[in-house]
This record gives sequence, C-alpha cells and structure tokens, in this order.
Amino acid sequence: MAERGVIELDNVSHSYGGGELLSNISLTLAPGAFHFLTGPSGAGKTTFLKICYAELVPTAGAVRLFGADVRGMDRDQIARTRRRIGVVHQDCRFLDHLPVIDNIALPLLTAGQDPDDERNNIDELLGWVGLRARADALPPELSGGERQRAALARAVIMAPDVILADEPTGNIDWEMSLRILQLLVELNRMGKTILIATHDLNLIRAAKAQVAARVLRIKDRQLNLAGADL
Amino acid sequence: MSGAADALRLLRGDPRAGSVVPPSGFTARLTVFTAAAMAFLAVFALALALSAGHLADRWGDALARTATVRLSAPAGQMDTQLAAVMEVLRTTPGVATARPMTEPEQRALLEPWFGPDLPVETLPLPRMVEVTETQTGFDADALRLRLAGEAPGAVLDDHTRWRRPLVRAADRLRGLGWLSIGLIGAAMGAMITLAANSALAANAQVIEVLRLVGARDAFIARAFVRRFTRRALEGAALGTAAGMVAVALMPGGDGTGFLTGLGFRGLDWLWPLALPPLAGLVAFWATRFAAFRVLKGIT
Repeated sequence: MAERGVIELDNVSHSYGGGELLSNISLTLAPGAFHFLTGPSGAGKTTFLKICYAELVPTAGAVRLFGADVRGMDRDQIARTRRRIGVVHQDCRFLDHLPVIDNIALPLLTAGQDPDDERNNIDELLGWVGLRARADALPPELSGGERQRAALARAVIMAPDVILADEPTGNIDWEMSLRILQLLVELNRMGKTILIATHDLNLIRAAKAQVAARVLRIKDRQLNLAGADL
Repeated sequence: MSGAADALRLLRGDPRAGSVVPPSGFTARLTVFTAAAMAFLAVFALALALSAGHLADRWGDALARTATVRLSAPAGQMDTQLAAVMEVLRTTPGVATARPMTEPEQRALLEPWFGPDLPVETLPLPRMVEVTETQTGFDADALRLRLAGEAPGAVLDDHTRWRRPLVRAADRLRGLGWLSIGLIGAAMGAMITLAANSALAANAQVIEVLRLVGARDAFIARAFVRRFTRRALEGAALGTAAGMVAVALMPGGDGTGFLTGLGFRGLDWLWPLALPPLAGLVAFWATRFAAFRVLKGIT
C-alpha cells in the first residue's frame, strides 16, 4: 500500500482571470520530505503553495491535507488544519502594531493557548532564530533577514508537520539566506516536511549538499521533477 | 458556538486576544460618541415613558374615583331636590362620600372664565354635588335612573367622557417613550454595525494574517466584538450619567403638570442604570453580526 502523504494533490488545475495557471498537477508530499519548487516568475509557484495550505481552492482536482479532502472541510476545520502547516511568506505578513515576540506567539493565541505558558518555548525559539535581542522590536524595525527568521519562528511555534516557504530568501543577502536554509534543514532533520518555493538555484544547490532534496519545476502549467542539472 | 457562550468568553477571555486588532482612533471615537449620545437620549425617552405612565395612572385613578351630580331646578324646588339627591346618593352602593359644593367653591370654579367679581348669587346656577366612589365603584346607569325618578333636574357626570381621552393620550405617550428607546437602540445598533464594517474593512490585512496562522472566524470576530462592546459600554455609561444629571437638574414642581412631572421618582432612578449594559448587548450583537457576515465573504 502506498504511503499516505501529508499533502496530496490529484489532477489539480487552477484558472485565474480566465486563463489556466496550473493544469492537471498531481503530487504527494511524504512525511519528512524536503522539496524545492522552482520555475519562472508568474509560473504559479505562490498559487501552488496557496492551494497546499487551502487558502485557494483549485478549480478542478482534489487536495487532501493529512488525508482529509479540503472540499469537505468547513472553515473551522481549515483553520485547525492550518495550525499543522507553518507558512513563511516572502513579505512575512506580520501584525505591525505588535512586537516580534507577540507576532511569534500569535498562532498560540489564536489556538486558544496562553503564550505565558509557552514562555520558555518562545524564548528558546527566539534564541534558535537569533532574535532574542529583538523580541520587543516592532516588525517594521527589523531587517529583511530578521523578518524572515521571525516569520520562520512564527511558522514553527505550533510544531507543525509541514513548513511551506514562499521565496524565504528573496530579499536578503547570501549569508542570511544560508542561515535561513540551515534552519529549514534542521527542521527537516527533526522530521518536518519542507516545501520551499524559490527561483534561487544557488540555494537549491546549497541545500542538496546537506539533504536529499527533490526539486519540482512548474513550467507551462505543468509540474515536473527537475533534472540532474540542479 | 452560542451567542451566550461567546458573551461569557468575551467577558472573561484573554484581553491579549483583542490586541490583535490595531487601535483605530476614528472608529473608536465614533463608537464612544454614538453610544454616549444615544444613551443620553435614551435617558430622556425613559423619563418620558415613566412620567407619562405615572401621569396616566394618576389621572386614571383620580378621575375614576370621582363623579359630579349637577342639579338644575327652579329656585323653589332646589332645596327639596338637593335633599332627594343626597338621599339617593347616601343609599347607593359604591358611593363613599357625597357633598354639595359650597358657594365659594362654585365661585372658584367659575372664576377663570368670569373673573373674581361676578355676582354668582344673582345667577341661576345649578348646584354641584361632589361624589367619591369606593374601590368597587357604583353602577352609573342605575344611579342615573334613580336620580331621574327622585330629582328630575339632576344629571350625573362620572367624567368618563373626558377621562378616557386623557388617559389614552398619556398611555400613548408612554408607548411613544418606549418606542423611542427601541428606535434609539436600533439606531445605535445600525451605527455600530457601520463602524464595525469600517473597522473590518480597514483591517483586511490583519484578518488575512490571522487566518494564515490558523485563527477561526470566532476568534477574529471576538477580537472586534470585544473592542466595540467595550467602547459602547464606556460611551453609554458616560451618556447615561450625563442624561441622569440633566434630568435631575430639570425644574421641579408639584409633579401634577406634565413638564414639571418629567423625571424619575424613587426607584425609577434605577432604570437608567440598565442602559449601559443594554448598549453593550446591542454593540455585542451588532458587531458579531457584522463580523461574521464580513468574514463569511472573505475566502
């Protein structure tokens, strides 16, 4: 019997503005897998990720998250499922009026947990991403790399099974990109499933030197496994 | 989740949950001002309703227990017929007291129309007999028949003709007062709904972020509901206090006139204290309704 994936897409197609962006895409993300998603700008990488965490419902095909079909989920079920998927966006999407520590604790708060009870975990997490000294800063006061690390901390605070990252190193220097990658590799070694959308081939090569990463490419509305050239 | 459970969670819940919505000065001030103004008006509507109610009760009670017999007879028969009228009244069940009005009392009744110097003793005026009823009252039709038999010049006026419209008017005024309170509540609900819609629209990005980190609609709605309910409570408390002071400072009187009787008496002063919690409830439901409607429209 085939292994059940944490995220499964069956013949998924998605149209936007009258044109088809993704066509008949099938994919199974196995637990603990490390994937890159690459492709030219506008190919549909962000749309693909949005489908993977149920922010978008595809116009055709089936999406199963942890075995449950998204089409059969109500809004509360989708919200609960999202707590098992940590998402890092390129623009990070913080609440700018809250300090970094509260932004990182936000998933706990929305899940009905008391952040004070998790103070040690939050502190440990801040140390892990190197932001302990910036805990009380407001997001607009952070550098690009600090924002990405804070977003990563927020994405993992609920100990999700899957981390989805959309261009997590898009606006930061190479050194900081490697730091972010290192954190994601560490998470993968802890058993988390990782899917990173990026057009940065150097980042992919750096990752492949450390983990058995598969590289998927979206091109001409199709998803394919990239060749050995990467 | 039921509304009652939501209200309880709102009151005892983690205030940090409300901090996820950034403070917005304009909608905050608008909500507090609206609640204060509406509560201020509601205090006056309440005073109107309660005063009109008291007036209706007082007029109803006072007039319902009194009647007048007017006796018109030739000068030679006046005393005989008056004695007959008094005897009829004395033996009528339901009549507590009956007393012929004195000449000065009758003069006082006519004074507003004819002035103080009218020689009433030279005029062929009817004699008036003031009748007070017992709690059970008398049978007016039977009394009229007996008076017609014993004193043909006697006419019974039990005040029904002019009592009814007065009491009806006061009752209508009381109803209008309560209707005004209802309309004020509805208007406040509508304005808070608009303010909540505006706040929700202004915080679309916040809602998006909360959704991304797994917030349920109930959590997001609660953050807005908590804020608007608190503002409405604060505003309504201010407006109610100001309204109560204004009513207390209204010129008083003997309380029998309408305007001089407008206000609260005794335990009536407790009624306005219900307005802030009511405003909070209105704000709670209005914001909850607006929040869930908006959130349902956001995919």
